Amino acid sequence: MPEIQAYQGKDFDVIVVGAGHAGVEAALAAARMGNKTLLMTINLDMVAFMPCNPSVGGPAKGIVVREIDALGGEMAKNIDKTYVQMRMLNTGKGPAVRALRAQADKHAYHAEMKHTLEKEPNLTLRQGIVDDLIVEDGVCKGVITNTGAHYSSKTVVIAAGTAARGKIIIGELMYSSGPNNSQPAMKLTKNLEKYGLELKRFKTGTPPRVDGNTINYDETLEQPGDKEPNHFSYETPDENYLELKNQLSCWLTYTNETTHKIIRANLDRAPMFTGVIEGVGPRYCPSIEDKIVRFADKSRHQLFLEPEGRNTDEWYVQGLSTSMPEEVQQKILHSIKGLENAELMRPGYAIEYDVVSPYQLRPTLETKIVKNLYTAGQTNGTSGYEEAAGQGIMAGINAGLRALGKEPYVMKRSEGYIGVMIDDLVTKGTNEPYRLLTSRAEYRLILRHDNADLRLTPKGHELGLISDDRYNNFLAKRKTIEDEIERLNTVRVKPSAEVNAYVESHNEKPLKDGVLAAEFLRRPRVTYKDLLRFIPAPEKPLDRRVIEEIEIRIKYAGYIKKAEENVAKMKKMEAKKIPDDIDFDAIDGLATEAHQKLDKIRPETIAQATRISGVNPADIAILSVYIERGRIAKIH
Amino acid sequence: MTTTSEFDTIAAVATPPGEGGISIIRVSGDHAFEAVMPLFKGKALDKVKSHTINYGHIIDPETQSEVDEVMVSVMRAPKTYTREDVLEINCHGGLVATNEILQLVISQGARLAEPGEFTKRAFLNGRIDLSQAEAVMDLIRAKTDRSMKVALNQLDGNLSRLIKNLRQDILEVLAQVEVNIDYPEYDDVETMTTKLLLEKAKEVKASIQQLLKTAKQGKVLRDGLATAIVGRPNVGKSSLLNELLHEDKAIVTDVAGTTRDVIEEYVNVGGVPLKLVDTAGIHRTDDKVEKIGVERSKKAIAAADLVVLVLNASEPLTDEDRQLLADTADEKRIIILNKTDLPLKLEMSELKQLAGDTKIIKASMTQNQGVDQLEGEISHLFFDEGIETGRGNVMVTNARHIGLLNQASSALDDVMSGIAAGMPVDLVQIDMTRCWNKLGEITGDSYQDELLDQLFSQFCVGK
Repeated sequence: MPEIQAYQGKDFDVIVVGAGHAGVEAALAAARMGNKTLLMTINLDMVAFMPCNPSVGGPAKGIVVREIDALGGEMAKNIDKTYVQMRMLNTGKGPAVRALRAQADKHAYHAEMKHTLEKEPNLTLRQGIVDDLIVEDGVCKGVITNTGAHYSSKTVVIAAGTAARGKIIIGELMYSSGPNNSQPAMKLTKNLEKYGLELKRFKTGTPPRVDGNTINYDETLEQPGDKEPNHFSYETPDENYLELKNQLSCWLTYTNETTHKIIRANLDRAPMFTGVIEGVGPRYCPSIEDKIVRFADKSRHQLFLEPEGRNTDEWYVQGLSTSMPEEVQQKILHSIKGLENAELMRPGYAIEYDVVSPYQLRPTLETKIVKNLYTAGQTNGTSGYEEAAGQGIMAGINAGLRALGKEPYVMKRSEGYIGVMIDDLVTKGTNEPYRLLTSRAEYRLILRHDNADLRLTPKGHELGLISDDRYNNFLAKRKTIEDEIERLNTVRVKPSAEVNAYVESHNEKPLKDGVLAAEFLRRPRVTYKDLLRFIPAPEKPLDRRVIEEIEIRIKYAGYIKKAEENVAKMKKMEAKKIPDDIDFDAIDGLATEAHQKLDKIRPETIAQATRISGVNPADIAILSVYIERGRIAKIH
Repeated sequence: MTTTSEFDTIAAVATPPGEGGISIIRVSGDHAFEAVMPLFKGKALDKVKSHTINYGHIIDPETQSEVDEVMVSVMRAPKTYTREDVLEINCHGGLVATNEILQLVISQGARLAEPGEFTKRAFLNGRIDLSQAEAVMDLIRAKTDRSMKVALNQLDGNLSRLIKNLRQDILEVLAQVEVNIDYPEYDDVETMTTKLLLEKAKEVKASIQQLLKTAKQGKVLRDGLATAIVGRPNVGKSSLLNELLHEDKAIVTDVAGTTRDVIEEYVNVGGVPLKLVDTAGIHRTDDKVEKIGVERSKKAIAAADLVVLVLNASEPLTDEDRQLLADTADEKRIIILNKTDLPLKLEMSELKQLAGDTKIIKASMTQNQGVDQLEGEISHLFFDEGIETGRGNVMVTNARHIGLLNQASSALDDVMSGIAAGMPVDLVQIDMTRCWNKLGEITGDSYQDELLDQLFSQFCVGK
């Protein structure tokens, strides 16, 4: 075969490798900030492709989508245009954990995102495989593709996903492949290793898809969407909401003892257990064979049948992720109620891929070893479209800021789930594909889905990712909320017969004297809407999102205040910077483990150091004393 | 630069004087050798090998008089308790000689160590971690065998085990709340309701309260029972004190006290460490020239957990006696009726009326009578009344632990009031988590990873 001829392609400011959920956000952010941006993808027909669940959002993840929206990202808008079902989860619980989830039309989601990229003025979308980087003196200066193109740039973002030396496993069958039988990137991560980055192998998997015409829905339980309008983007108007009759339902069914018997009888053919799969899989999304083995006493497991889109009859069997042989997969399917006659369309599979151990990253997602090189998404050991997109936008912003010669942006743990995720990754690393859970956030009452815009829109505007128009609307919304809260703290509710009839019908104590409207609203069963029956209405009727915010702030004020006090404490520790050039060897008295971990992770603040496992309070005390002394020494 | 160089050289008596025949004066710091060598007649200590013990004498460099025959242990940094140079002078003990040697070391440029400062240095120099430091501190400060046992018990991890069990209980509840939140459609796990949370909060709170009850007696075991001996002049307070400070009883003199006004003396009474309040006052006021300072005795009474009121049986009650009886009426007290070997002139019926329920012990210090009975009574008061027996011998003695337990308990109060106010479970959970974290601070465990491990091991989640 003749050798590939190298040629010099165009110069860019930012190059993004991979157009999955991380890559598209990274490229859009960089381009929208004014950088000439190249987005490389192995297959243009797989831009923003959903190789697993056809859904976006859920607990913690849904909040990330809104954070991306507040920073001017695309995921929220894209799903708002292409969902087939919308559902608010956890409505019976408190405000901090309510979570929006949408079922996506997989094809429409991809097509819409691709078109958005095409329309973006500063952005070049190109098909091709990036084989190597251009690195000079530890600084990344561009990429080299399999077609011989050399593209130079100021910064590079790698979001290679499971394509990075991907390997698909189905029973005894095993072959190199990216997601859904796409071409894998066999050279890129190998070359990253060459530049000094340490890699790991992770594993994930996906369930089989079946033909919807062969499902007996009567045997399953319908899971419809919501009637009440809700969208991910703060900009999508309620009138765009799909009527319930135009939404598609999901269907609930269960595995049973027969299913489990089939799986147990075939464990000798399960790559998960025969030692074929070496990559570490996620505990929170185990394969069905893993569930049966680890939770042997459970007689059934839930399965959700989810539509993959409007113009297809392909259905996704959520909960049945597996790498069992195709023959066994069919037996498993046919043992399940409603799927007795289901025709398999695509078998489930496990996929192994390369991951860059995330302790090698700065909180900006720039690698510590290669300057101007950023990584995002599954490449950093996460799983999930939302986690990928959240890192993608941050990597794109920071790669863009660097290209513009500006200071980086790091989101604090107290500012967003994206901040929590990145801090977890770079501080603790991860031994399995990392998924965001609300329990990972210590300030989840502050990181709500309703206030992501209040938390992050100003930053998005400052970065040039939020238009002036949108920003002005945001400022007006914020002012309305504040004004109304102030008004409710001056207007009084009088103990009229009408009021007391109302409170008694709601199992609340009757009023004896007049109370402030805000105080009245603090009663658990009193809503803002009801409150307006007893006090004058505001000048203009309020938007439902404004009302939601007002209710939360008033009803949970006590808890919010406590959380904010904790945030303030944490910020003090965040302010204690650890010098970049600190020599941990010079510090006497650090425990060996702490010394090793600190040297490996090189935390940037004392707060970050406290979160490293194996670094105990004594080490923090010693480290603080040492830094304090260094500071004093410099002053004198 | 090493972390040690900034610290000055410190010295203190490392053994409780009186207990055993030898006292050790420990000197630690960069100038440990300079502080000891001018006083030492024997080998040149800076030339001997590290971790050796060397025979010689301590002399007063000014008078050249011999103070004591000693052995000096030489331990060079960093393999020492503090990771600094450490010299330990083993002398013959006895308050006078020990204190004199200590004063001499201080005169050579060392500073008197604060209580616990050696351990603090060990901690700051990275030799031990916080929890070990705490246990060591408590061991050092243990005043009697019994208090030693509590500290050892804790070092052994009994308290940790108890706290860990409590935390595990809470953790299971939290994991259930979390799984409800993060996997809302997962229908195999019971929804954690506020009712279940309330039950758990009450249960854990009861356990914490039980532990806190032991804190009071734990504190006494560790810090001693503050005891005031009061009485008008010449009733025999001083003799009683001397009886209590009998040679075979552990007398602990707070070294720091040598620079202070008030000397605190400890006496071991049936395992109970008594901290004698204002013993200086006792000695001074027995001086016939000086009248009892009413203010002074009032102060002593106020500072005491236990008052021993001494009366003279050979004289009728005076107004001063009556005043003292009235002043101590609300205190936990024991009355010693001294000088019962002399003809009884005190009106017993009046005394009994004024004494109320207070135990009256007839004693004669000159005849060596009544002291055993007093000791028995103190032990009885201490162990049989007002002192709870801890769960499985676990007693909380450490002030930090007590503080954290109180915070954990108040977090549970917030859980309960949140539930009462109708707050949703994920908000109430915030306070439950706070309780769990506070308990974790006692044992030094981390939060997040444990919770997630629990979540994934307990539930088969999959969306």
